[in-house]
Amino acid sequence: MATNRQAAASSPWRAPVVFAILAVLFVLEGTVRNSMFSGSWNTSLAILNMGLISAITALGVNMQWGYAGLFNVGVVGFLAMGALAPVLIALPPVEGAWEAGAPRLILSLLVGLGVLAAAKMVYTRWRKGWLVALVLLGGFFLFRHLFDPAVTAIEANNPARHGNIGGLGLPVLLSWLVGGLFAAAAAWAIGKVALGLRSDYLAIATLGIGEIIVAVMRNEDWLARGVKNITSIPRPVAYEVNLQRNPDFVAAAQDWGFSAAETSGIWVKLSYMSLFLVVLLAVILLAELALKSPWGRMMRAIRDNETAAEAMGKDVTGRHLQVFILGSAVIGIAGAMMVTLDGLLAPTSYNPLRYTFLIWVMVIVGGSGNNWGAVLGAILIWFLWIKAEVWGPAMIAALTSPMADGPLKAHLLDSSPHMRFIAMGMVLLLVLRFAPRGLVPER
Amino acid sequence: MDILNALVVFLNFVFIPAAAYGAQLALGALGVTLIYGILRFSNFAHGDTMAFGTAIVILLTWGLQALGVSIQPLPTALLALVPAIALTAVLVLVTDRLVYRFYRKQKAAPIIFVMASVGVMFVMNGLTRLLIGVNEQRMDDGARFIIDVRTFREMTGLTEGLALRSTQALTVGLAFVVMIALFWFLNRTRSGKAMRAYSDNEDLALLSGIDPERVVRLTWIIAAGLMVIAGSLYGLDKSYRPFNYFQILLPIFAAAIVGGLGNPLGAIAGGFLVAFSEVAVTYPWVRVVGYLAPWYDPGQGNLMQLLGTEYKFAVSFVILIVVLLFRPTGLFRGKSV
Repeated sequence: MATNRQAAASSPWRAPVVFAILAVLFVLEGTVRNSMFSGSWNTSLAILNMGLISAITALGVNMQWGYAGLFNVGVVGFLAMGALAPVLIALPPVEGAWEAGAPRLILSLLVGLGVLAAAKMVYTRWRKGWLVALVLLGGFFLFRHLFDPAVTAIEANNPARHGNIGGLGLPVLLSWLVGGLFAAAAAWAIGKVALGLRSDYLAIATLGIGEIIVAVMRNEDWLARGVKNITSIPRPVAYEVNLQRNPDFVAAAQDWGFSAAETSGIWVKLSYMSLFLVVLLAVILLAELALKSPWGRMMRAIRDNETAAEAMGKDVTGRHLQVFILGSAVIGIAGAMMVTLDGLLAPTSYNPLRYTFLIWVMVIVGGSGNNWGAVLGAILIWFLWIKAEVWGPAMIAALTSPMADGPLKAHLLDSSPHMRFIAMGMVLLLVLRFAPRGLVPER
Repeated sequence: MDILNALVVFLNFVFIPAAAYGAQLALGALGVTLIYGILRFSNFAHGDTMAFGTAIVILLTWGLQALGVSIQPLPTALLALVPAIALTAVLVLVTDRLVYRFYRKQKAAPIIFVMASVGVMFVMNGLTRLLIGVNEQRMDDGARFIIDVRTFREMTGLTEGLALRSTQALTVGLAFVVMIALFWFLNRTRSGKAMRAYSDNEDLALLSGIDPERVVRLTWIIAAGLMVIAGSLYGLDKSYRPFNYFQILLPIFAAAIVGGLGNPLGAIAGGFLVAFSEVAVTYPWVRVVGYLAPWYDPGQGNLMQLLGTEYKFAVSFVILIVVLLFRPTGLFRGKSV
């Protein structure tokens, strides 16, 4: 959403051309082996899979920014919220956790929510600040009284292997939806507070909630083992080892002229890719239909002129809350998909620079307000981000080769991985200034 | 005696650290609030610019230390402050010229400025990494303590000790001087009055012949000074890690909003409010209670800590939420648009 919205004057061929360039890049990555590309389909597909997840995240952000002009700086938090779902839904139950104190833990969480609701009711009914504070303070001690012993008991339960409440053992695909619900719940809470105020406030509040969700994930061992990580999250697709043991599969691979090991990797990645594509296309379809419906026109009207829309009787804050929740739910789904792909939940990897701001670069570069733009921007930026890890040092090495060996050259070579951040910041600033409508502008 | 011991524990673990932290937050929030008042956007690059300025201070300090320059008992970093402020000021002025001025001319929506500041944050973060890396760095030298635990115990005969680190005293003292100077500038000088006039009503200020670009330049220079001083004091008092400066952004914003964005006095009050709540909520009170109420047995392992230290940012967040819910303009009535 730029204020200097130019008249639509872009070629309808832009999206297909960008798409073709992307396809060429991925094919090069898969086939050509030189200093720039790896020449391995496994690498190429791995980048593409993560790119598709980034694309879904970017779609969620694009709903919030492109449709409504809401600036969400806590993308990392909503991704992490979604990432909890596979752990709590798909992991097999932990033996002894239920006996150790899971009911008490759930009760304490319900009490915690109840206290918040009671405080809200007290405030609406009597409007007395001290009464609310009293309810909250009493509720906090009640909550801790129930919560602390339960946590100690659960974390003491086989801490080397588990120490968490474990999952429900349900299918992992279901957890993707639940991940969306988790993120939506967080978005409701934050949107309720920060929407309807000045536009910067939502940005600051989401920055806060993002950091807090990640902090909770890092420190609450009962939830997802904290920094001890959760491994072996169940997969919705086949395992490489099982494929390699299957004689039919090995025979088929040999017919094609590949080794079984390589083919099994590619097969698994292709299966993931099809799942991700289904989700991506479903989200795009729904988003496009919504955007073309009266609801979408209303959203754009609100975005372009809030005052006028409000004068026409539109509930601006309500609509903003709605689209903020929807967008966050999509981000949550992407978060759940990401841990499913990795098979691993590692809270320390949730870094805002990587998960919030990189997604923003994708949306702005792709073309805010345009779903296809967000998708293409996401895959392109993800590809460049990964390849910059290889290209950056190579470029620095080439640039510094005429320099004499010395501390400066060594320092430059050492710090070349950090060039990615400068490059991404520059890309964001340049696109924002010179092409605010992005690669594939909004129609 | 027990009451005195409790008081000493409280001073040592709550009051002194919170006062130092509060001074650092207040300086940071002053920068944010000034930029908000004049340029009318929340500067997300604030934390990372602080990290960059501090990195320059550290490099210069190392240089000075290598040359053997020292101003014992004060830390050498104080000498490095002035050139570092000048360099950072040049950097933010260049940033303003290249990035923000364009949007100012266009009268772009505030959220576009915020987004541009996120881009600037990315670049600043990269520059800092390039300059000094991501690891923890130290620059403190000079006297470590003004009062250390042993001397205090010997002096007073109390069981509990009190330590006052020189960096803590320096932080509070320097912050106080900077704040006085800033208020003198804003209230007594022509340029400061021009800044306040511009912040209150842009059109009226333009009509009175105030040059807006000059006001903006002044704001950036002052903000750069505040950023470098706040960042260096934070780095001296705790330790320097670039990522900490990204995380401190939330408490700084909370402080600025609690006080009312655009209100300098509010930013200072907000900084101390956030710092004291953060330290008080995450401090294990068991020792203080042990002295005040020796008959009360909290039970084994009960530290009487309201919230773990790892959630200290949650405190600033909760304060932020409460203010947004009940008084969005802040305690001191900042700008509401």
